[in-house]
Order: sequence, then structure tokens, then C-alpha cells
Amino acid sequence: MTSPAKPLLSVENLSKVYQGRQTLANRLAGVRPFSVKAVNDVSFEVRRGEVLGLIGESGCGKSTLGRAVLRLHEPTAGRVEFDGEDVTALSAGALKDMRRRMQIVFQDPYASLNPRSTVADIVGLPLRLHGLAKTTQEVRETVARILERVGLNAAHLDRYPHQFSGGQRQRIGIARALISHPEFIVCDEPVSALDVSIQAQIIQLLLELKDEMGLTYLFISHDISVIGYLSDRVAVMYLGEIVEMGPTDDVLARPRHPYTQSLMSAVPDVDAPGKHQRVRLAGELPSPLDPPTGCKFHTRCPLAIDVCRREAPISEQVAPGHQAACHRLSEDLSVRETVAGVQAR
Amino acid sequence: MSRNENLLEVDGLRTVFDTSEGVVRAVDGVDVTVRRGECLGVVGESGSGKSVTFSSVMGLVRSPGRIESGAIRFEGQDLTRLSTREMRAIRGRDISMTMQDALTALNPALTVGEQLSEMLDAHDDDLPARGAARRRAIRDKSVEMLRLVGIPSPDSRLGQYPHEFSGGMRQRIMIAIALAPGPKLLIADEPTTALDVTIQAQVLELISDIRARLGMSVVLITHDLGVVAEHCDRVMVMYAGQVVEEGSTVDVISNPQHPYTRGLLGSIPRLSLRGKPIRPIQGQVPNLVGLPPQCRFYSRCPERTDACLQSVEMRSVGPDRRARCIALTQEEVA
Ligand SMILES: Nc1ncnc2c1ncn2[C@@H]1O[C@H](COP(=O)(O)OP(=O)(O)OP(=O)(O)O)[C@@H](O)[C@H]1O
Ligand SMILES: Nc1ncnc2c1ncn2[C@@H]1O[C@H](COP(=O)(O)OP(=O)(O)O)[C@@H](O)[C@H]1O
Ligand code: SF4
Ligand code: SF4
Ligand SMILES: [Mg+2]
Ligand SMILES: [Mg+2]
Repeated sequence: MTSPAKPLLSVENLSKVYQGRQTLANRLAGVRPFSVKAVNDVSFEVRRGEVLGLIGESGCGKSTLGRAVLRLHEPTAGRVEFDGEDVTALSAGALKDMRRRMQIVFQDPYASLNPRSTVADIVGLPLRLHGLAKTTQEVRETVARILERVGLNAAHLDRYPHQFSGGQRQRIGIARALISHPEFIVCDEPVSALDVSIQAQIIQLLLELKDEMGLTYLFISHDISVIGYLSDRVAVMYLGEIVEMGPTDDVLARPRHPYTQSLMSAVPDVDAPGKHQRVRLAGELPSPLDPPTGCKFHTRCPLAIDVCRREAPISEQVAPGHQAACHRLSEDLSVRETVAGVQAR
Repeated sequence: MSRNENLLEVDGLRTVFDTSEGVVRAVDGVDVTVRRGECLGVVGESGSGKSVTFSSVMGLVRSPGRIESGAIRFEGQDLTRLSTREMRAIRGRDISMTMQDALTALNPALTVGEQLSEMLDAHDDDLPARGAARRRAIRDKSVEMLRLVGIPSPDSRLGQYPHEFSGGMRQRIMIAIALAPGPKLLIADEPTTALDVTIQAQVLELISDIRARLGMSVVLITHDLGVVAEHCDRVMVMYAGQVVEEGSTVDVISNPQHPYTRGLLGSIPRLSLRGKPIRPIQGQVPNLVGLPPQCRFYSRCPERTDACLQSVEMRSVGPDRRARCIALTQEEVA
């Protein structure tokens, strides 16, 4: 995939292994510490001004990937390049400066704000860290301005997080991410904990801010409707790997990977209930402690054949800018029709 | 409508919580009808009173909460007049409820098998009276229930504790326990909210299958209108402790009458709306303490007028269709 402009973010073969510590008791018992490959050899690019949606089931590695990109979790292998600079090679000091330009909004509006700090301190912290404001007065004024922009106001400056609703806390988290004028934001399920009307308010806000401030998002969600609505391109993750990626319209309207096809068919549709032939995926995401051999989806895939159990498929292009990793792509099968055919027999 | 058609009838239910801030009117004049064999969807934002309404039906409201007034009739019998013991017999045998949070609702100290056996022992009248035969029958039935909800190798998993199962499996185990006595009504409180879509689809299809097989009625509490569209015959929309709209799912979704229902539908992000702004409902749910006697949606309603500053009753807006909005008075009264 070649794009005319250089991408803002480019991730190459990124992996993250969570390694348990070896304890004496375990060593005596001959037990090896756990080792979880949460992200396995993932590559993608995000162009300036673009929203890349990242979708997948709980535990598939979305948050780990988002954090490894920012080095909030140190990657085990691979390279992250931001605006031409190798983030993975930065010293601690240089990384701190880089963080001004790369920010994150967290999933849980309850856990991600320090309960003992006021809004002024929470949102103002990046200003102090990066030396962007000199006096307390300057910090408060800057914070007040950004609060206004996210739908809160100066009267909220001296309140504590517990005095706010979930939607308001998420606005505080967004204000904190925006105050240092970043260029790139990882949005890690910023609306998943919210009611639908509040979710819509926050989505609207994030899209407006993106246009106003020229932001680029890596937007993580397990909600296909949310991703479908707001992302330009989408990457589908399964057990630590990207199995399909491409323009949102193309991927969601014509999913090529059996996993994406199954996901799409599982989404209840308020506009067309019962229209879909359901593909019932058996079982759950396998444990990443003991991932399946070959194609990691083979334990649940309705199209799995012998080779899938032995060999991992390699990602290939299926349409312009659209890639997928599956041994049976060339057969152009649809999980839905295949399952329907089997049921009809 | 023949009386017999209705399994559950709730009239004018008011459930309140006495708190230091004042009386929280969590459920304020709610009517519910559940017909035999149907699936009723209950939607609304969190805090709208969905869980409290059905905890009241189950007789599970605890201090500082209390049912202030209202009738709850199950097969014609008023449940609010039953003794604790009589209520306990109905709960479980005739009506079961699965709780919103499966991890906290299951007892962490008992194995899944023990929890299933307890339910069967208390409520299943078809088992042998006592002794080894009864124990064996209970075990067989427990295995059968786990298999019914799709837990692989149920035999060996009976001895495991709730924390040894994933979120989706725990929800299915709760459903197994709720279904074990063969209830006439299953109340499922947000059974899939914490689950991934693929697992959500499994759990909802499971409930639909069993409903069809056993002919039971289901109340499905959710805040996902897509789930309602796919699984419910009728739907009831709640806002700030009241029902604001009710009708067949198809009617309500294709032709919403209440501004709140329209707002909810308009808030759902859709692939087809890419590039177009969504129109979220502004503001947030009001505090339920000391609400003025006016339309509760007033502060957020894009269609409000001064006429809305009075209390608004439910009105009939078509066959089997009701809504609570003053703008609907003259039109379409059936
Ligand atoms: N600190 C950690 N130590 C060990 N394992 C971890 C750690 N953090 C995450 N994992 C494991 O890594 C895998 C991926 O986790 P991650 O949080 O990235 O998933 P996710 O896709 O963001 O899930 P969700 O949708 O639930 O947020 C999981 O199996 C998880 O249990
Ligand atoms: N134990 C309690 N004490 C005080 N208020 C409560 C209690 N339980 C519920 N409420 C209040 O009752 C209202 C309705 O709650 P609930 O029925 O749980 O909402 P839903 O299930 O629709 O999300 C909310 O305002 C909630 O804060
Ligand atoms: S490689 Fe095989 S198992 Fe994997 S998705 Fe394709 S058909 Fe299914
Ligand atoms: S009564 Fe008035 S404020 Fe209430 S929903 Fe109807 S139009 Fe809106
Ligand atoms: Mg996550
Ligand atoms: Mg609830």
C-alpha cells in the first residue's frame, strides 16, 4: 500500500509480550511463568487527519496495541515512527516531549481520573509537565478555555471527579488529552461506558474537535456501529493480530475475512431486524496463554480446512488499500452463505 | 383483551428510596403488561428505573427502598399482598430474574453445581421425593441445564466456581439457574451489556430458543434498541422513572411518537450516517429528587413549549400504542 503523503504514524511489526515474573515457588514446582503474546507482529499506518478504527473482541489486544504505540507499555519488538521520528528509539526525555504530541483518552471515565485532584489540576497537569504555562493563573485560564470547549465551564475548575457524571468525566479526560495541543490521539473506547445519548454527544464532540484542531485518531472500540460511523479506515483484530484492514465502507460492506463476516452478522440492526442470516460463532476468544496453531481463528471459523490448523495465513491485498489474512480468500466464500448452505442440507 | 392473555400486570407502581438528599422517586407510576409467550423489551438510559421496576415485581426491593403504592398481579394474584414465604415460592418457580452483573449476582463461594442444585431442590416439583434418587436427578438436571445454555463439557464444570468462567459463560450460567425451575416468566436484566457482540448474539439466541421451546414469557431489559428490534415483540421506553412510550416493536421503531424515543433512535451511530452529523439528545437525565410536576423530559426536549409545564399522563396514540407527551393530545387518539 503506497500513499502519496508520508503517514503521520507508521507501525512496523509491533509485538508486546506480557511476561510473568519467575517466583521461587514456581521454579521449585517446575512451573514456568506465564507469557502472553497480547500483540503479535502488527503493522499499520495512519495518515494525517485520518481516523483509523480498531475493532475486536474483549481481550484481543486493542488497548495493549494503543498503549504500545505511545510507549505507555514498552513494546517487546517492532518499530513505531511518528512524523518521521523513531518513537521506539527515543530517550526518556525525548519521549516526554513526544508525548505532548501524542495523547490518549481512556475507556473508563471513573478509573482514569485521580479522585483526589481537582479538575484544574487534572486537566492542567500536561501544561506543567511540558512547561506550557508559567503561572497558576495561566494554567487556570487555559484549563477554563478548554473546559468551555468540551462542554464544561470555569465553575467546574475546583470540583473533584466524583462530583461529575460519566459523560462529564469523559469530557474531562478529553480536555486533559487536548490541552497540550497534540496532533495524534489514541481514543481507547472513550464512549463504551456511556449511555447512548451521552455516547452520541461525545462522538459528536470528538469529531468536531478533530476538524477544528486538525487531529488524527486511532479509535478503539468493540462497537461496530461506532467504528462504522466515524472511521475512515478500519482494522479488525483477533487474538493479537490484524486479520483485515481497509477503507471502512469496503471492509464493513464487503468483509472478506471470515471473522469480520461473522462479527458483522452478529451486530443487531435496529433498521433491519432479522434481515441477516446469522452466523453463530461457536465458543469464545481462545486464551492468549495458549493460542491455537496456524490461523488463530481456526477453532471458531466455519470455513476452516486442514491447512488452517497447520499454517498461519499471510496478509494479502484483496482490493485497493484493503488487505486480509486467510487461506481461502481466493475462493471468495461468504461465511453466511456457507453456513446457510450447510444448514439447508 | 381477555384477562387470561396477560401473565403479568403492574398498575401504578411507585417505588421510592429514602436517602439523605430526599426521596428518590425511582419508579413513579409505572404500568406494565406482559402477555403470555411474548418478549417485552424495556429500554431507557441508566437510572431510568428499569431495574427497580422489575426488582419490585420480584419483591427484591430492600431498605432504604420501598414500594409506596401500586398493584402487581401475576396470573391474577396480587403479589404485593403475599407473605415473604409465599413470595419466595413464586420467585424461582414462576418468575425468575437474571441480574445485571453476573459476577456479583452469583455466589462466589459456591460451585456452579451447588447453586444449580439449590435452585432445583427448592423449586422443582418433578424430582423424586428424597434420597439418592433425588440427588442423582438433581445432578442430571444440572448437567442438562448447563448443556442447554451451551457450556462445553458440563459434567466436569459443575464443580467449578464462578470466577473460573468468562463473562459470557457466567451470564449463561445465570440463565441456566434462572431457567432450572421452568419459570413462566424470565426477567433478564441487561444480560448482554457487558459482552462482546459475538457472545451477545449467542446469549440472546439462547434466550429466544428456550422461550420458543418452553413457551415462557420474557422481559428483556436493555439499553440497546438494536437488541430490542431483533428480539422483542413489544417495547416499553422508560425515562426518569416513568414509561414514556409503549407499543409493538415495529411501530415504535419505525414511527416513534415521543420526542425521547426519537432522540434515542437518533443517537445511534450508524454506518449509513457516515459524514452526516448525529443529533444527540442534549443534557442529561434529571435528578429524581424533588422533581417538579411537569413533563420529565422538558429540560432536554427539542419540542417543548410552555404547555409542557404541567404533569403529563400516558395517552393512547393508536391501537395498542401509548405515549406520554402533551403534543400528542388531540391527534390519533384511538
Ligand atoms: N499487564 C498485563 N499483564 C498480563 N497480561 C495482560 C496485561 N494487560 C493485558 N493482558 C492480556 O493481554 C491481552 C490483551 O489485553 P488488552 O487489554 O489489550 O485487550 P483489549 O482488546 O483492549 O480488551 P477490552 O476490549 O476488554 O478492553 C489479554 O489476554 C489480557 O488478559
Ligand atoms: N439502593 C438505592 N438507593 C438509592 N437510590 C437508588 C437505589 N437503587 C436505585 N436507586 C435509584 O433509582 C433510580 C433507578 O435506578 P435503576 O432502576 O437501577 O435504573 P436502570 O436499571 O434503569 O439503570 C436511579 O436514580 C438510582 O440512582
Ligand atoms: S485461514 Fe482458515 S481458519 Fe483462518 S479464517 Fe481463513 S478459512 Fe478460517
Ligand atoms: S410533553 Fe412537551 S416537553 Fe414533554 S416530551 Fe412532549 S413536547 Fe417534549
Ligand atoms: Mg481495552
Ligand atoms: Mg439497571
